[in-house]
Amino acid sequence: MYKLEVQDLHKRYGSHEVLKGVSLAAKAGDVISIIGSSGSGKSTFLRCINLLEQPHAGKILLNNEELKLVAKKDGALVAADPKQLQRMRSRLSMVFQHFNLWSHMTALENIMEAPVHVLGMTKAQAREKAEHYLNKVGVSHRKEAYPGHMSGGEQQRVAIARALAMEPEVMLFDEPTSALDPELVGDVLKVMQDLALEGRTMVVVTHEMGFAREVSNQLVFLHKGIVEETGNPREVLANPQCERLQQFLSGSLK
Amino acid sequence: MIFDYNVIWDSMPLYLSGMVETLKLLGISLFFGLLVALPLGLMRVSKRPWVNFPAWLYTYVIRGTPMLVQLFLIYYGLAQFEVVRESFLWPLLSSATFCACLAFAINTSAYTAEIIAGSLKATPYGEIEAAKAMGMSPSKMYRRILLPSAMRRALPQYSNEVIMMLQTTSLASIVTLIDITGAARTVNAQYYLPFEAYITAGAFYLCLTFILVRLFKLAERRWLGYMAPRKA
Repeated sequence: MYKLEVQDLHKRYGSHEVLKGVSLAAKAGDVISIIGSSGSGKSTFLRCINLLEQPHAGKILLNNEELKLVAKKDGALVAADPKQLQRMRSRLSMVFQHFNLWSHMTALENIMEAPVHVLGMTKAQAREKAEHYLNKVGVSHRKEAYPGHMSGGEQQRVAIARALAMEPEVMLFDEPTSALDPELVGDVLKVMQDLALEGRTMVVVTHEMGFAREVSNQLVFLHKGIVEETGNPREVLANPQCERLQQFLSGSLK
Repeated sequence: MIFDYNVIWDSMPLYLSGMVETLKLLGISLFFGLLVALPLGLMRVSKRPWVNFPAWLYTYVIRGTPMLVQLFLIYYGLAQFEVVRESFLWPLLSSATFCACLAFAINTSAYTAEIIAGSLKATPYGEIEAAKAMGMSPSKMYRRILLPSAMRRALPQYSNEVIMMLQTTSLASIVTLIDITGAARTVNAQYYLPFEAYITAGAFYLCLTFILVRLFKLAERRWLGYMAPRKA
């Protein structure tokens, strides 16, 4: 049984089709890296999974439960039942490129917010959980700090703790290290590697080829809205079959 | 030039009761103004035209006409109509205090609504996406994320609005109320000492402004700390 299944996803902006039927299936414990050049549609694909962007066709299933979609006038699909979407989103935490922490809340409050107000946890439980995960990502000394007073690496690790505190079925990472300077990237990747080793199911859009090779067990190469190549990351990266991936890798792995 | 302290000193009780009147007018109009401004501000950020338009029209008309004209319309203008004079609202509408509070509240609600709407629109989009991605419903998102952060960011602008309103309450003296300015008018009428009378009123407003500014500074430190430069 798959934890997360996406079938034949299409998405267009106006007449420009950015996703031309992309599918993905993640079993429990899978770490799937999605790579591709800018404009290949990889972030859009990830953001369609929790409907931050509206796809135009396709199916999304979480734990075999299909997200019910209806078409708007312009053909974009929206959730038929907002309650179902909210419930599924709360089980699919997302980590963003630009962290997107709530700026008026401290690190601790950021992490406690959704468990208390979406999952209905008590404050005491949520605080315990928040402290646990802050500790885990290595920023417990910053728990009373506001996002604006933290470094990018700290903010991203708080954002990961925020996602973890929801105890999600699947974690979605949207280029989590792209906004960080090289020194801070390592801290965040280390945290993500630990999560992978714990057996968490993750879908990661990334430019970090090292992470894709060493940590993920499935690689998806997206090009112009199509999955050009997919498979075991070590094999695919060492021996790319399609020409586009060879070009892409020759640019990034020197 | 000789400043007549004695007259001012003797008139202190009048000025102090005027100050109480001023603060009462300010407090009541700000309270109700804010109460009305909140839904209006939310309406002003709505994408639905039939929700947005009424709020837009309201703030446009109120902000597009002088406060004094609005006050005269409510206090003198409405009394012209027999329907109004015979309605159950007449006991209220014939009271200068009520009319002044009503006019001030309407006026500040329009300005405050625009402040709130502007602040809501300035919410970083990523924070809204994060709330959505966590599974928050739209109403929860407004209650927990959008409004708390918008209201904080609106504080500096709102403090400006409050200080403007303090000065605006002086218009109440025109419709017979004895606020600080009204006290000054009375003193001037009795002793014909316009300089002493009005400079004293000015000093009162200055003191009140100073206190308001300090209070808002404290509030900003308390609720806007996350925007301040990092200290440690």
